[in-house]
Amino acid sequence: MKPFELKQRNHNLKEQIIHFCLISAATVSVLTTFGVLFSILFEAIEFFQMRSFWYFITGIEWSPGVDNSKFGALPIFAGTFMITLIAMAISLPIGLGSAVFLSEYASPFWRDKLKPLLEILAGIPTVVYGFFAAITVAPAIVNFFASLGIQASFNSALASGIVMGIMIIPVISSLSDDVIRAVPDSQRKASLGLGMTEGETILHIVLPSALPGIISAAILGLSKALGETMIVVMAAGLRPNMTWNPLEDMTTVTVRIVDALVGDNEFNSPDTLSAFALGLVLFVVTLVLNVISLSLIRKFKEKYKVNTL
Amino acid sequence: MTQQTGTEHNPFYDASLTKRHLRAQAFKLFTLTSIVFAISFLVFFLGDMVYKGLPAFQQSYIKIDVAYNEKSLASTRKAIDKKYRRIVSRSWLRGIPREVENNPALMNTTQTRWVLLNHQVDQYLKGHYYKVKAKNIKLVDAMQADGLVELKFNEIFFTHGDSKIPENSGFKSAVVGSILTLTVMMVVAFPLGVMTAVYLEEFADDNRWTQLIEVNINNLAAIPSILFGLLGLAVFISLFGMPRSSPLVGGLTLALMTLPVIIVSSRAALRSVPDSIRQAGYGLGLTKIQVVQDHVLPLAFPGIMTGSIIGLAHAMGETAPLIIIGMIAFIPDTPTSIFEAATVMPAQLFTWAGMPERAYIERTAAGIMLLISVLIAFNTLAIYLRKKFEVKW
Repeated sequence: MKPFELKQRNHNLKEQIIHFCLISAATVSVLTTFGVLFSILFEAIEFFQMRSFWYFITGIEWSPGVDNSKFGALPIFAGTFMITLIAMAISLPIGLGSAVFLSEYASPFWRDKLKPLLEILAGIPTVVYGFFAAITVAPAIVNFFASLGIQASFNSALASGIVMGIMIIPVISSLSDDVIRAVPDSQRKASLGLGMTEGETILHIVLPSALPGIISAAILGLSKALGETMIVVMAAGLRPNMTWNPLEDMTTVTVRIVDALVGDNEFNSPDTLSAFALGLVLFVVTLVLNVISLSLIRKFKEKYKVNTL
Repeated sequence: MTQQTGTEHNPFYDASLTKRHLRAQAFKLFTLTSIVFAISFLVFFLGDMVYKGLPAFQQSYIKIDVAYNEKSLASTRKAIDKKYRRIVSRSWLRGIPREVENNPALMNTTQTRWVLLNHQVDQYLKGHYYKVKAKNIKLVDAMQADGLVELKFNEIFFTHGDSKIPENSGFKSAVVGSILTLTVMMVVAFPLGVMTAVYLEEFADDNRWTQLIEVNINNLAAIPSILFGLLGLAVFISLFGMPRSSPLVGGLTLALMTLPVIIVSSRAALRSVPDSIRQAGYGLGLTKIQVVQDHVLPLAFPGIMTGSIIGLAHAMGETAPLIIIGMIAFIPDTPTSIFEAATVMPAQLFTWAGMPERAYIERTAAGIMLLISVLIAFNTLAIYLRKKFEVKW
């Protein structure tokens, strides 16, 4: 055998090994997603063998830790919905407004200064937001409403909702900003040329064009709010409470997951396993939201032929 | 004025124009308000943390006589005069036997020392809410007038682990726990992430398998972090029997969570390397792996580093999954290996925030100041690397 051929062979073997390693690494990401799904699914199935699935979805009493424990998650979903609603009511207008200002009005100088500042907001750990909500915002809300003669809870949904909303502002503004900037300039020029004001151009031309992307950003924010844990663990309540009053204490899916798993319960008791049932709901909902969000943004990309998003 | 008189005869004059311009102005004002709101919140928030956290960097001490003898070694509270016993820290007195052990010459002497005050007196001196008897307040006030009470730099915060005694608690074991956990995370996530990115960008054909991987990575990035905690608990702890609360489990859990961040940024970095580099390599007879290893990867490396540092900073502030796998245990001693129970910085903040004593609030805020400073430093480093090594092709 000529030395050259030998070298070539070794090379081929080495290349194959490296190639194999690369494929294995890529497979890990797939395994992880399925790992998350199955690890939650199996424990959840075990839970539903002990307790009725139907009552879990529709029941209104959640009382773990007692002899005749009941697991009706409806009040927990209601609390999650309420806090998420407050968060979206804050983050959607402010996030979108910030995105429009950055992409349409701000000079490049201010844009370069303001955008990183907004991104700091996204980089603050959620435990810090939780501390802020519990120590600063919640007492402020109680004091404010007490001065109006209304009683508010120290674990009010409003406090965690507001802080969560602020946390989500950069999520919405960052993606919306990218989308709005991707709308072709020809549309703006055509609109301005027809005599529309700058505000009308943005409201009636640019924003509708960017709508799929903006909805996608909003859905992303929504899914962030649903899965957010630390703020609600620190600032919202533990009591499952079905009410429309945001000044009362409420609990969320994530709070109950943490509560079920932090105690000293046995791993195979329904109390502990209920966390996995709640986790499964959270997983499915956020996954569906993400798929919708991704398909909307893909449509936007195809329509305007942009690759930068 | 001239304009207004002119408009009456102008056939193109639109009466609603003023209104429309007003509306446009109002809209612009709204967008400006929203960004001003977001930024002013940030300023208020950071200001609030600094305001709450700064006092924790100082701790009050009192200058009194300490007797080192048989009696005080047996019962450390007897080392000081009776009237001071309610105001000095128990934890400081507990250190007396060790002091004598380290320095036997102290035995049977009486020294005038700066002794740590307890957290209630400390809070009183800092002007916060306190629970101290009026008699002791008088004593402290009198001694302060004589210059015998002083606020000194709080070394304990940086050299001690957690403690049930507020004035004795510090951030060190949490910092070490974070370092161990993040090391495990980077050792696992960095090679996996970069290899996945290299495979997807340089080797993979566009087939179903590749598409599945891509969809997966996108979905992985959107899974709420708390669910990774459930994965860690069910797989790493229950199934594989790894030690609960350990940096090993924490690091692995965070690695899976950070993987998508590293993959996405590494892919972007690899994509920005122009094809001419690859073609030149092939033209010279290099194999695909040689081209990637010796030319594409080194050129993409700054971008990969930037993405990894951002992922690292992200993982550093993550709390929820680590709570689920038990990293909120009470850890007074600094962990020395990745198999021991440990806590991390954000988890320590969470524990302190839930403590009833007022003194823990300023410690939490001080910890937050440290954590956010480190995070900003990391992000700045990432931006610096990007700016410095960015190549315009």
